[in-house]
Amino acid sequence: MNQDRKNGAGDFSLTALQSGDRAEFARFVEYFSPQIYRLALKMLHDPQDAEDALQETFIKSLRALPGFEGRSSLSTWLYRIALNEILMLLRKRKPESISIDAEPEDDEQPSVPLQLADWCCLPEKELLNGESRAFLDAAIGQLSTALQAVFLLRDVQGLSVRETADALNISEAAVKTRLLRARLALRESLTHYYTERLTKSGAESEETE
Amino acid sequence: MSEPETCCEWLGSLSEYIDGDLSVQLCAELEAHMRGCERCRVVVDTLRKTVSLYQQLCAEDALPEDVHERLLVSLKLEDFKHDHPVTK
Repeated sequence: MNQDRKNGAGDFSLTALQSGDRAEFARFVEYFSPQIYRLALKMLHDPQDAEDALQETFIKSLRALPGFEGRSSLSTWLYRIALNEILMLLRKRKPESISIDAEPEDDEQPSVPLQLADWCCLPEKELLNGESRAFLDAAIGQLSTALQAVFLLRDVQGLSVRETADALNISEAAVKTRLLRARLALRESLTHYYTERLTKSGAESEETE
Repeated sequence: MSEPETCCEWLGSLSEYIDGDLSVQLCAELEAHMRGCERCRVVVDTLRKTVSLYQQLCAEDALPEDVHERLLVSLKLEDFKHDHPVTK
């Protein structure tokens, strides 16, 4: 089996990485560091903690590479290391509430959408202005760690359902359930937020007419 | 607004629908339902928009240059700085 072509994006030579080829490891770091930093920043909401998690992820991956058996892709394996680092930092802040294991709500029905305004028509500059960006970041922080991890890996980092399940060591069914719940919860928050903008921009355009 | 109980039945499939992972038959059924149900259409549109806004927002997050430099130092890879630009 050709291990070297198994890793998808980046196409790294596993043989070179495992034999301690520094140039190949540098390429690996260059490729994955922005993605790992982004995940850490979104979950930790603190640049210093995100940087610590980033450095620890690569230090540990360097140590663990010789033992990597290729059962998952290299990126999934790296995300698993990163998530452990991120969770460790989160637990230092709030020891009891941080887990990505089984969620008690995994069997529950997703909550029914309550906010029903259609804000898709708002102009792009309003959907993503400075204030909206801060709101989007804060809305992620309102989700449980388990839901954040699934949403960020799947929707932001673009991992498949299978890869997300592998990285979090949960079933694919749990990924699907949590992803839906995370998306619906964020949609609910955003709808609440943008509906106010919608009312305001409606009022403003009436005034100018 | 059509029968709300039908809408609740669809709720579990909305994620797969916006990802294009719903079977052809279910997809056709949901689309037929949405033609008569403004509520579900809005939920699907805003759900899709929610995901795309987060993707746009996060795509702009770059690794700050100073963070990048300190990372290379911590890994003793300073000599490889920008030797191997990898485009995503």
